[in-house]
Amino acid sequence: MSGPTFGISSPGPDTGHRGRLFKALHLDGPLLALIAAIAAFGVFVLYSAAGGSIPMWTRQLLRLALAVAVMLTLAQVPARFLRMLTPPAYLAGILMLIAVTLFGDVGKGAQRWLDLGLIRFQPSEIMKLAVPMMCAWYLHDRPLPASPRHTLVVVLIVLAPTLMIAAQPDLGTALLVAAAGLLVLFLAGLRWRFIFALLGLGAAAAPIAWYFMHDYQQRRVLTLLNPQSDPLGAGYHIIQSQIAIGSGGVFGKGWMEGSQAQLEFLPERSTDFIFSVIGEELGLLGQLLLLALYLALIGRCLFLADRCPSTFGRLVAGSITLTFFVYVFVNTGMVTGLLPVVGIPLPLISYGGTSMVTLLAGFGILMSLHGHRQLVRS
Amino acid sequence: MRRVRVKDIYREQQTFGLRIVIAAAVVVLALGLVAGRLFWLQVVRFDYYAGLSQGNRVRIEPLPPDRGLIFDREGRLLAENTPAHQLTITREEVHDLGATLARMVDLELLEPGDLERVRQVLRTRRAFEAVPVRLRLTDEEIARYAVHRHELPGVDLATRVARFYPYGPVGVHVLGYVGAISEEDLQRIDPSDYFGTATVGKTGVERFYEDALHGVGGFREVLVNAEGRSVATSGAVADPLRIKLPAAGADLELALDIQLQRVAEEAMAGRRGAAVALDPWSGDVLTLVSLPAFDPNKFARGISTVDYRALTDDPDQPLYNRALRGTYPPGSTIKPLMALAGLESGLIAPGDTKFCSGSFHLPRSSHRYRDWKKEGHGTVDMREAVMVSCDVYFYNLAVSLGIQRIHDFMSKIGFGQPTGIDVYGERTGVMPSPAWKKTAFTSREMQVWFPGETVITGIGQGFWTATPLQLAHATAVLAARGRHFKPRFVRAVRDPVTGARTAREPAPLPSVALGNPANWEVIVDAMVAVTTGAHGTAVRAARGAQYSIAGKTGTAQVYSVGQTGQYDEKTVAERLRDHALFVAFAPAEKPRLVVAVLVENGGHGSSVAAPVARAIFDAYLSGAPP
Repeated sequence: MSGPTFGISSPGPDTGHRGRLFKALHLDGPLLALIAAIAAFGVFVLYSAAGGSIPMWTRQLLRLALAVAVMLTLAQVPARFLRMLTPPAYLAGILMLIAVTLFGDVGKGAQRWLDLGLIRFQPSEIMKLAVPMMCAWYLHDRPLPASPRHTLVVVLIVLAPTLMIAAQPDLGTALLVAAAGLLVLFLAGLRWRFIFALLGLGAAAAPIAWYFMHDYQQRRVLTLLNPQSDPLGAGYHIIQSQIAIGSGGVFGKGWMEGSQAQLEFLPERSTDFIFSVIGEELGLLGQLLLLALYLALIGRCLFLADRCPSTFGRLVAGSITLTFFVYVFVNTGMVTGLLPVVGIPLPLISYGGTSMVTLLAGFGILMSLHGHRQLVRS
Repeated sequence: MRRVRVKDIYREQQTFGLRIVIAAAVVVLALGLVAGRLFWLQVVRFDYYAGLSQGNRVRIEPLPPDRGLIFDREGRLLAENTPAHQLTITREEVHDLGATLARMVDLELLEPGDLERVRQVLRTRRAFEAVPVRLRLTDEEIARYAVHRHELPGVDLATRVARFYPYGPVGVHVLGYVGAISEEDLQRIDPSDYFGTATVGKTGVERFYEDALHGVGGFREVLVNAEGRSVATSGAVADPLRIKLPAAGADLELALDIQLQRVAEEAMAGRRGAAVALDPWSGDVLTLVSLPAFDPNKFARGISTVDYRALTDDPDQPLYNRALRGTYPPGSTIKPLMALAGLESGLIAPGDTKFCSGSFHLPRSSHRYRDWKKEGHGTVDMREAVMVSCDVYFYNLAVSLGIQRIHDFMSKIGFGQPTGIDVYGERTGVMPSPAWKKTAFTSREMQVWFPGETVITGIGQGFWTATPLQLAHATAVLAARGRHFKPRFVRAVRDPVTGARTAREPAPLPSVALGNPANWEVIVDAMVAVTTGAHGTAVRAARGAQYSIAGKTGTAQVYSVGQTGQYDEKTVAERLRDHALFVAFAPAEKPRLVVAVLVENGGHGSSVAAPVARAIFDAYLSGAPP
């Protein structure tokens, strides 16, 4: 893929020590810069959304630090090992999901957590990475585009955890896991007719899925189409969110100036609806800046993915990148009233630990896959 | 031969690259979409959202639907909607409810006795709804409110339409009335559809046809500032506020003839009782009187507790619909039907005679069942027995038929069953039988059917009770020679917008078929004799009529005199006097109208009830009002 390189693969006269350091650590400078920029943005905004609550904010900083550490560590793991460790990791994930289904803590009405004493652990988070990796592992040695039989196997690899997660119930994560896996198929060159066939199946399954959806999930979809139909009920979040964003105008009301009245009405203001806070305080310009940063990040990642030496690497890197995009799009879409309310946080910004770690872990894997050059083509 | 595929890395990379490009395009488009949405919210709709975030609220203002009008069969307007002013309270805008209500009482805008009801209604409605608390305001009260409105945040003046009945108390038991929505009402209606409606049908046609009359409620969003006043949305790019237009209720055309109703009510003025006039060929109810009555307009505009208590405490019970719910012994009015049962069973022939000595007793019993004529009527045949209303003849007949046959025959005519009229609250009365006694009573002695009870069943006394509507309904079977229709108030529905009239078909009930259809005419002939023959009990009332009337008088006993005692009207207290009854149809050969009249404690059916029926027939059949 043609495009500007950022002086990583071929050390030039200006890269010097920093370039070589990064290369040695298998890190990608521009990617790290963009991640840092977005994270900084997030920390800045979170302070306001947390209502100036220092403990909450410092907790988030610690999480960020932890996640960065995970990312840097994973970047050191040779790509070869990552590929070898994939099947056991996937299996472990499946077993943990079964454990959760049977023994899991019930927090907030959803059986998602495994309480390991120290931390609350969501196996579904692991699957966000394990599933696409498993799919890529399977397709790595097989001729692509995948034959119908191979495609079916991949679908099964995706379906098993997806259904278990959906049954927890955690529709949002289930869809993300499914998306991650199916993206691998797409990037592997799945024929268009199959893509349309799968989409068709999905559309046909929608009414069945509707039947199985919980009340509150159904209501969420309905109120999306008409939030005003239930202004004090399910449409509440969407309406308040839009008011917050809209009233920010082009320049926003200013940092920390978000009207408390509005924010008080956003029960999840520091998690899922943080984009509304950005809109209200920093206005259209602030949000466009953030979107631009995301776009740049995704662009850089796609570029890196294309240049991964192995099939496994390309597929995993591509899937991770596009999954990240899905996070961004679904969250901002939901907050602005384009998509139904699903519990998906704004990546790298929303308050919350497990998600942050998974995301940065993904970037660590991506950098590993890109940065470890193989001596023999596989 | 199976083709072996080889892994082609180069091609895979090409494909991958292409897919990446496609994905990138999707990413750009999607994020562009989000950016576009942001632009829409933050630039295009900025004013709207900015206003909203400043503590403005969108208040939902109800647009109540026009309630359907009610007409009589000639198109005269019986119920319409006229403007009325009301006071509303919006709970979330009131700072101190107790103080506000106290102030309203001070200003004489609310009665102290109403406070409890007001509080209760406010509790059950949502905080942002404007709940009507006073339904009729005089001009003076409006002025008083206007002067003090600044002291009463959350209290608003609304101009609504209120129900008005131009004919006042005439026909009130048919129409019913509308009144303020109560908590019980909220159980049976959809509160969101009644968002802006203050009243709901409580009784009669207004209640039974509430769904059709009410229509569908609408609403409108209004931007309202912190004081609750509407903010003009000038400068907004597009009107973002929603409006859902209401749909008017359907108009109803009743079978009722209000002029005939008036004639009937005037003929019974000053009395307690009921009168029902039906068309035997369709079940149309042209008149339904229950007296005393009351003015429904009091309810529609918000009846005061004082007035309401006056109505409920009145010993004559004007709110009680005697025509539908009053159960009385049918008395002698059922004698023609008894005779018909006798003919049908073959036990009697028209020419058979019986001797009436003035009293009757069962074999091996000394208990005397008296005839109303102490000396007896002498030898009578069936026709004469009906004409002079001989009790002894029918005591005999009843014993011959036996209670079970009587019960089965009369049940076919409709006694003891609901008529199915299109209004709530109809009572069915009682058609007694041994089986009925077993279920109705719990003590052993009361569960036994005594032979003496059969005897008095022959003259429509004992446990046998019926409503005036059932009497008219039963008489209609005779008039129509066996055909039977459900009585109905509403005969057509009109679309309020297009004016299209949708007639409703009369609902037939199973016909009463006779083994010998000629018997119909035999009975009708006997009933004509009641009004024309020598010694016919209703001759005086029918004198001078231009048409033939087939009828039967009745006197239902309220108070039973001892075995040898005399019944003296003057000494027995008024409320213990017999009820006066009369059932009839005219013209006898091809009846156009069936009438049943009951005057409580009126004494003799011939002198008190029959003239009422005559007045109704005259008005209807002669064409011109009397």
